[in-house]
Amino acid sequence: MIDEKDETTNRPILEIRDLIISTEGRKATRQLVKSVSLSLAAGEVLGLIGESGAGKSTIGLAAMGYARDGMRISSGEVLFKGTDLLKLSERKRRQFRGKRIAYVAQSAAAAFNPAHKLIDQYTEAAVAHGVSDAATAENEAIELYRELGLPEPETFGQRYPHQVSGGQLQRAMVAASMACHPDILVFDEPTTALDVTTQIEVLTAIRRTIRNHHTAAIYITHDLAVVAQIADRIMVLRSGELVEEGKTEQLLEQPKQEYTRKLLSVRNLHKDDTGSGEVVLSVDSVSAEYKPGVPVLQDISVQVERGRTVALVGESGSGKSTLARVVTGLLPPVKGGIKLHNAPLTPTLKSREKDTLRRLQMIYQLPDTSLNPRQRVREIIGRPLQFYLGLKGQEMEQRLKELMAMTELEEYFLDRFPHELSGGQKQRVGIARALAAEPDLIICDEVTSALDQLVGEQILNLLLKLQKEIGMSYLFITHDLGTVDAIADEVVVMRKGKVVEQGRKTDVFSPPHKDYTQKLLNSVPEMDPQWLNKLLAEA
Amino acid sequence: MMMTKTHSSEKVPLWRKVLSGLAEAPPTGLLGLVVLFTYLFVIVFAPWLAPFGEATIVADAFAPWSAEHLLGTDSLGRDIYSRLIYAARNTVGITLMATLLAFVIGGALGMVAAVVGGWVDQVLSRLVDMLMAIPLLIFALLLLMIFGSSVTALILILGCLEATRVFRLTRAVAMNVAVMDYVEAARLRGEKMLWIIRREILPNILSPLFAEFGLRFCFIFLLVSSLSFLGLGLQPPTADWGAMVRENAMLITFGRVTPLLPAAAIAILTIAVNLVVDWFTHKASGLSK
Repeated sequence: MIDEKDETTNRPILEIRDLIISTEGRKATRQLVKSVSLSLAAGEVLGLIGESGAGKSTIGLAAMGYARDGMRISSGEVLFKGTDLLKLSERKRRQFRGKRIAYVAQSAAAAFNPAHKLIDQYTEAAVAHGVSDAATAENEAIELYRELGLPEPETFGQRYPHQVSGGQLQRAMVAASMACHPDILVFDEPTTALDVTTQIEVLTAIRRTIRNHHTAAIYITHDLAVVAQIADRIMVLRSGELVEEGKTEQLLEQPKQEYTRKLLSVRNLHKDDTGSGEVVLSVDSVSAEYKPGVPVLQDISVQVERGRTVALVGESGSGKSTLARVVTGLLPPVKGGIKLHNAPLTPTLKSREKDTLRRLQMIYQLPDTSLNPRQRVREIIGRPLQFYLGLKGQEMEQRLKELMAMTELEEYFLDRFPHELSGGQKQRVGIARALAAEPDLIICDEVTSALDQLVGEQILNLLLKLQKEIGMSYLFITHDLGTVDAIADEVVVMRKGKVVEQGRKTDVFSPPHKDYTQKLLNSVPEMDPQWLNKLLAEA
Repeated sequence: MMMTKTHSSEKVPLWRKVLSGLAEAPPTGLLGLVVLFTYLFVIVFAPWLAPFGEATIVADAFAPWSAEHLLGTDSLGRDIYSRLIYAARNTVGITLMATLLAFVIGGALGMVAAVVGGWVDQVLSRLVDMLMAIPLLIFALLLLMIFGSSVTALILILGCLEATRVFRLTRAVAMNVAVMDYVEAARLRGEKMLWIIRREILPNILSPLFAEFGLRFCFIFLLVSSLSFLGLGLQPPTADWGAMVRENAMLITFGRVTPLLPAAAIAILTIAVNLVVDWFTHKASGLSK
């Protein structure tokens, strides 16, 4: 082992060699990370990218010499300035963590203690590791808050976690992780849970801060466009193995591997306008509220034609999902009405006919909570067949097989429980359940946002295919404009319960834009590494 | 996510599942199971196992332990060993009926409250709050004094009172399931409340309910024994462990352990049920140890 004094500036600050991480347990172990090596120079930002299960987070944590419960670092070296973290005692290792290498988790809300002020959670680590006293740390915190663009940096730290927004909290966590002036920061999907417009703010703040402090970073994400803005070098991972590695520009311009090319092409899905003129669903100046006097929706009118897709776009809290609740009858509107095929719908769910309910189906955001874990796929998809159409026996079996084929699922999945399927397969089951009712319209509520990009793209393709084949109509709720471009014919941009802009996609997405639409459009990261720079230069 | 998934879709015969379950059982769980089966055996075959009748006077009062009367006789000259065996039937039988009743009432109302919500939930929950504000043993004593101590009254009163506890738990766990998207999907489909409860909610809350069943059984069992000890439970000449402790309590002063035996029967069954419930809940929650 090399002594710390001998180090030269060229030596990587962190080196991982032949890292193998496997599951722990009596039963046969499985390798989650299969011999991955990486190196990180001082001040360099390395992007780790891949779909879920690729081992990104596991490698990120291993960089701190840590393995989650149920996992074990079975071999390899993690050299921090030449010291192998894996050979140190747990106590020594802990001195590195937080002090020399810090971690920024995906959910800041879960990482902060709700009972303590932000500033106290900042100074805690610095004092505990003996880096500075509380007063110095507080001054540094204010400086960092200012640098991260947080409002009123002098008093910001006096707030409790629930008193700041999600984006601010994420930035506060970046600040807290820098309390001990670490050499390396590990970011684990820090912007994934945020709205697109907030994502930009956080991303910009992170990039500015780590550049100012010359901190090296490992940035983990599934979004290639995001990592392109921040990383100097990118490693593409898949099922625990390295697929490809390269400088950011080089990797984006000349990807060598097929898998990387696929990742790059995700945002290139595009749909051209189709339409029939036959109106399936018409929402006429609907207003709704949860509490009397507090409107959540104001005067919304939307029409969906047969075989077309209308996308409802907006940040969280814009009222998109509420509109879906009004249409389905879960929340009766206080004003306005809804028509299905020109026949007015009664406002409440209970008063609607079985056949009306059949015509309106829904697909949910989280496949994990939208399928009953105690029912087999056969029962999940079979129930609407039995309930609405009265199918049974051979007829039912035949139809089940057809539905499985339509949603590109294997027939033997019929006897599986949801937990035995992957996220994408579960979402397909959700689609099959909606299709089983032979509906006129399907409401899709953020159906791809919980999925990996590639899987999400396959789901979008499936929805498009169904639209082409059986002329399905969709009311598509999303916050992701990339998805809108892929699937929508018409766009309704919503903000705080009101329609900001609506019309054909081509009209809404071409200039001149309304201010808010412009902001939303600008916030969608592009694969161009210079995109964020350009955007910041314009602003 | 990293756990090995069980492939329950492959069709495994039930006896095979039971066998492999037993093979993986912790020793405490097995011990509990063996004890439970012993009690069950005694309950089923009581008339064949007991040498004398439940209420027959067979010898002088307070006869000492002997070959003929294994555990001696009580104040009226009834064989204690035989009474101990018959008491298993009575006490456990009443407890089981009361527990089942508590679960039928409390479970059903709890799920209705969770699924329907609104004023139905409010009315039911406040009613339960009111009932729970009164100490259970005292409330039970009061009701038994009003309605008299028959077996039916005992089962009904204990079942209804304990149903409040079951209601609370069922409502709480059913609430967690009721907010799931698949329940909303069933509502949007137009399913009836009963179907939603039976097909969507119940299968997902069975394991906490099972654990609660074991615990409730123990509580009611102790309650029945306490009531009998106080003289308001099963009425003589019916044999009952709680009553037997009281009847023979004075023997303790003569240095005889006889009154401790029915008490031990109560304690051992309670512990055994807890061991088995522990094992099952651990298994259901996926904890390895």
